[in-house]
Amino acid sequence: MFGYYLDLALRSLRRNRMLTALMVLAIALGIGASMTTLTVLHVLSGDPLPGASSTLFYPQIDPRDMDGYEEGKKPPDQVTWIDGMNLLHAKRAAHQALMTGGAVPVQPAQSSIDPFYSDARFTSADFFPMFQVPFLYGHAWGESDDDAKARVVVISRALNDKLFGGKDSTGQTLRVKDTAFRIVGVIDSWRPNPHFYDINMGNYSGLEDVFVPLTTSGDVRLDHNGSMDCWGTGSGDDDHMETQPCVWLQFWVQLDGADQVKAYRDYLVHYSQEQKSLGRFERPVNVALPGLMEWLDINKVVPGDVRLQTWLAFGFLLVCLVNTVGLMLAKFLRRSGELGVRRALGASKREVFAQLLVESGVIGLAGGVGGLLLAFLGLWLVRRQPSDYAALAHLDLSMLSITFLLAVGSSLLAGLLPAWRACQIAPALQLKSQ
Amino acid sequence: MQIRPILAALRRHRLATMLIALEIALACAVLCNASFLISGRLSAMHVNSGVDEASLALIKLTGFDDAEAVDLNARVQSGLTGIAGMQSVTVTNTAPFADKVGTAGVTTSQEPGHPRAIVDYYIGGPGTFEAMGLRVVAGRGPQADDYHSFIGFVPDNAPVLVTRALAEHLWPGTDPLGKELWCDRLHFRVVGVLEHLVRPDPASFAPNTAEWTVFAPGLPGTKLAGTYLLKADPAQLPRVLREARAAMARLAPDAVVDDEFSRPLSEMREARFRQDRAMAGMLVGVICALLLVTALGIVGLASFWVQQRRKQIGIRRAIGATRRDILRYFQTENFLIVSAGIALGMVMAFGLNLVLMKYYELPRLPWTYFPVGALALWVLGQLAVLGPAMRAASVPPVVATRSV
Repeated sequence: MFGYYLDLALRSLRRNRMLTALMVLAIALGIGASMTTLTVLHVLSGDPLPGASSTLFYPQIDPRDMDGYEEGKKPPDQVTWIDGMNLLHAKRAAHQALMTGGAVPVQPAQSSIDPFYSDARFTSADFFPMFQVPFLYGHAWGESDDDAKARVVVISRALNDKLFGGKDSTGQTLRVKDTAFRIVGVIDSWRPNPHFYDINMGNYSGLEDVFVPLTTSGDVRLDHNGSMDCWGTGSGDDDHMETQPCVWLQFWVQLDGADQVKAYRDYLVHYSQEQKSLGRFERPVNVALPGLMEWLDINKVVPGDVRLQTWLAFGFLLVCLVNTVGLMLAKFLRRSGELGVRRALGASKREVFAQLLVESGVIGLAGGVGGLLLAFLGLWLVRRQPSDYAALAHLDLSMLSITFLLAVGSSLLAGLLPAWRACQIAPALQLKSQ
Repeated sequence: MQIRPILAALRRHRLATMLIALEIALACAVLCNASFLISGRLSAMHVNSGVDEASLALIKLTGFDDAEAVDLNARVQSGLTGIAGMQSVTVTNTAPFADKVGTAGVTTSQEPGHPRAIVDYYIGGPGTFEAMGLRVVAGRGPQADDYHSFIGFVPDNAPVLVTRALAEHLWPGTDPLGKELWCDRLHFRVVGVLEHLVRPDPASFAPNTAEWTVFAPGLPGTKLAGTYLLKADPAQLPRVLREARAAMARLAPDAVVDDEFSRPLSEMREARFRQDRAMAGMLVGVICALLLVTALGIVGLASFWVQQRRKQIGIRRAIGATRRDILRYFQTENFLIVSAGIALGMVMAFGLNLVLMKYYELPRLPWTYFPVGALALWVLGQLAVLGPAMRAASVPPVVATRSV
């Protein structure tokens, strides 16, 4: 029966090409616009570390003085050097890393390449195992390197290609700010999106090129970047960052299972109480331990523009659907005579209804194909935009299937009302008026 | 034209009529709000910088030691001044649309407290103020003995100039001259008011705070080095900048030229607002597609009605209606449906605006958008129905005598 309905649908669609084309075009435009924006939203609100993100947490404590205290406000987004080091050395989690961003002048050995600035990350050793960073050559540095303030560096694949032509550069020297660093590892292609571990550096910025132990970066006086929030006597003076009352470091921990999360939260409370009794902290104990995805959510990482565009596109799809409903109504009612004959020959209302829905499904499928082409065009346009997330806008398999589901689903929905209306006609009346 | 027969006919096609009206209403709601968003982006893009953008460019160096700063400033200034066509080379911390380096909160009393405003500081060495071409509307510009060397983030106790926008926010209705400002423990006194001076990064601030800036004079030194404002005739600026950048390899071989901010100001302005331009482009695209779909929907349904009523039209023509009457009939019908859609659409546009105000911190939709949107949809409806209505008007009276 389905095959017959399909045949009928195709015949009917061919009979009035203009109207069919209008409906397909409307669905295609609506689907194309919605899928373009939905894909961008999907890419941007994705999980940066699938599989590992549920075990990563971002501890927050409140070390500030009472100045400007308001009850119920969140603790600062970053930690001070002292607290960060205390939490790092306490080792209460499976993995923990303390880090900040920076920019370093790289002085290539080749005279053919001018000195240039590279984005850098100054971090403790656990960064690499905790975030499951893949290595192309070599390996990460160890905790002993952190303690020894060793002059070691891990570089990105892009920098390795630029300076060493893609060859294994481990053991070679990289000159950064007049200091020789030994390259211990090269990171393979890796770009977590969003750039979750430090959203000050741009939510969707790419991977840094140079990774240096945090302790070393202080020793060599590499310039750090990012936001800094000071209070009391803090002035953000670069020379005494280790003792300043300023928050400027990000601290991440890996906690496996709810028990560990609870234990760590208790530990943070305990730590805050201890610091308060020592007189370092003044505010009432205020801790938070958001998970990775929660942290991205709190910070509204997905740009407002992208959300707005998605809403607009769905508003547009709605207009397209209302339009299709109207056109289908016209189309189905025009065939009242034919439907009257089918009814008179014994087809039940239900069967006529099914036939008409198959027809709207076919329109949806055709609209889906058109919409897909438009979505490819739309994403190509998005990729040409200047924003840092532009390069990420690609259609994946799940979005591809959603496109067709959305197209067929919405056209079936649009077909419901006209099909129902067309079923209501009395066969006798139709036959008579002929 | 009698409206009653049209209404009677529409009552027989209630569902289709409602669908067109609904489509018009949705289109109206999206159209009004999308155009409002576009106008917001456009006005942000055309913000008045207050400086002579066309003839200014910046060169920014990084990667030099603090100890070299004074020497570097002297070398670069004297080295670049010699370039043919260069009108001035002065030291500054940044320029409109360039690097964001001096953003901080200010208070109007010495007691620490919640900052009254988040402002951007411009610190200019001698000549920078004049090179920028800033206009003073009250008080005075910086004088020769206002420039002092400094060690903090901004020169302490500096005689500063604030923009009119900032002055009106901090001291509404009173004379800002002589007033005092604090940035943490740094203290300033207002000596002049600027007509306009925009933040380096106006796109990421609310439009009404885009000009909250303070200009402080300071002597080049460790804390003011590496960023140079070049002034030249607009026609010569690209060449002058090119030569200046080439000269950097000789004047400051160890420093790194920051490509992003070593450009003409006009280019940096464009880069700052690229995102807004893209968004405005996307909105224009949505509006066009929306109007197209709406028009096609009207064409489709109107054609259907014309075909359905061929016989009635024939009868009307046979009993004396002119072609013009038939044309008018369909035009009036469309006008009535579109009007109903617009009425509903206004309510929806208002509702949508309330939602946008809540979630996207947009201002209220000005009422002028409603009549303009309505007019646009009326015109669209009439254009869309014209084709089918002409076809209806050309139905010959003889149709009445034929059976189907």
